[in-house]
Amino acid sequence: MSRLYIARNTRVAARKLDGEMMIMSGKDSTLFTLNKTATIIWQAADGATPLDEIVERQICPKFEVEPAAALQDAETLARELAAQSILDLSEDPILSANSQPASPPAGEMR
Amino acid sequence: MPGLISPVDCLHLTIEIGGIPIRVNTTDADFLDMLQNRYAGFVGSSEHAEVEFDVDLFTPGFVDPEVDVRVTQRAGKWSLERGDFRAEWEPARRAGTIRQSANPYSIDAVLRIVHTLVLAQEGGFLLHAASAIRNRKAFLFAGVSGAGKTTISRLAPSDATLLTDEISYVRKCAWDNAGKHDHGYVAHGTPFTGELAKLGENVSAPISALYLLAQGPENRIDPVAPGHAVRELLANMLFFAEDQELVLRTFHAACEFVSRVPVSRLTFVPDARVWEMIG
Repeated sequence: MSRLYIARNTRVAARKLDGEMMIMSGKDSTLFTLNKTATIIWQAADGATPLDEIVERQICPKFEVEPAAALQDAETLARELAAQSILDLSEDPILSANSQPASPPAGEMR
Repeated sequence: MPGLISPVDCLHLTIEIGGIPIRVNTTDADFLDMLQNRYAGFVGSSEHAEVEFDVDLFTPGFVDPEVDVRVTQRAGKWSLERGDFRAEWEPARRAGTIRQSANPYSIDAVLRIVHTLVLAQEGGFLLHAASAIRNRKAFLFAGVSGAGKTTISRLAPSDATLLTDEISYVRKCAWDNAGKHDHGYVAHGTPFTGELAKLGENVSAPISALYLLAQGPENRIDPVAPGHAVRELLANMLFFAEDQELVLRTFHAACEFVSRVPVSRLTFVPDARVWEMIG
């Protein structure tokens, strides 16, 4: 079974405000707000870590869910975010992905 | 044939809004007079201009009111177009041209757009908001048409200085705070008027609060979550450019502003007592 790699799209801007992740698309000025699961996936989307590993390490322990079901939900979510050009998806590591933290400390707000 | 050549007087004036001088060159004395009246209080004496526009006036013809404004950038040159004007501006040369008929509305629109572009580069913005200074602090009252910007401006007490009843001018300012780099925001008066049809005072003050206006049965101030504040701020910002980088800059500017300036919901009944809560 192939693995899915995800990377943050570089044509968006993201800020975490009071725990809420907001993402602005530079393409069409659409503003998105991510829920907790989507925020974890977004922040972990470095292009090098496969989605199943993100789910296993960061989502299953936090939400106490079965890995298989959680991965299926995460894949659906990742494809939805990709459809909005927020994430890039690939079956291979995305080498050009930005390895910087998704939301630097300066983006953290009250 | 020197007899066939007559000199053309080049007239000019500098319109200084938000501390940014924009020089307008024209050969039409009546148009210049109209600008001097329209921007009274904002006509500067500065010889140095951030931007200089040559205005080319044409005879008014049919203007399609349905044509939206288009602001695009190509190879370092901005193109601003609407049914009633066409302008170009090259920031690197600090120069541009405006082609319009002799009316105050077209150049007013060009000035608003140019100011949004200049401000976006430095983290500032124009906002659909009334603003006023009280006790040396500026207060912004944001909202869409009908939210109460003109009403709250009209109710302002005599010790408040009105900056605008329609379009607020917000600049980011940096300073040294006991050896530590810090920044905040300053509101400037603008000549951009709403229903009140009264030019703002050409003064400025540090912004103390942004209120999101709502009319209701009582006067009250309620906190607003940062995410909601950013959404409301973005919804009320003037933004015209079809430019990806500028969109992202504007988003960051909204987030920065919300992290520095308290944002609240101001519900008010239309009488002067609402100002007892402000300042």
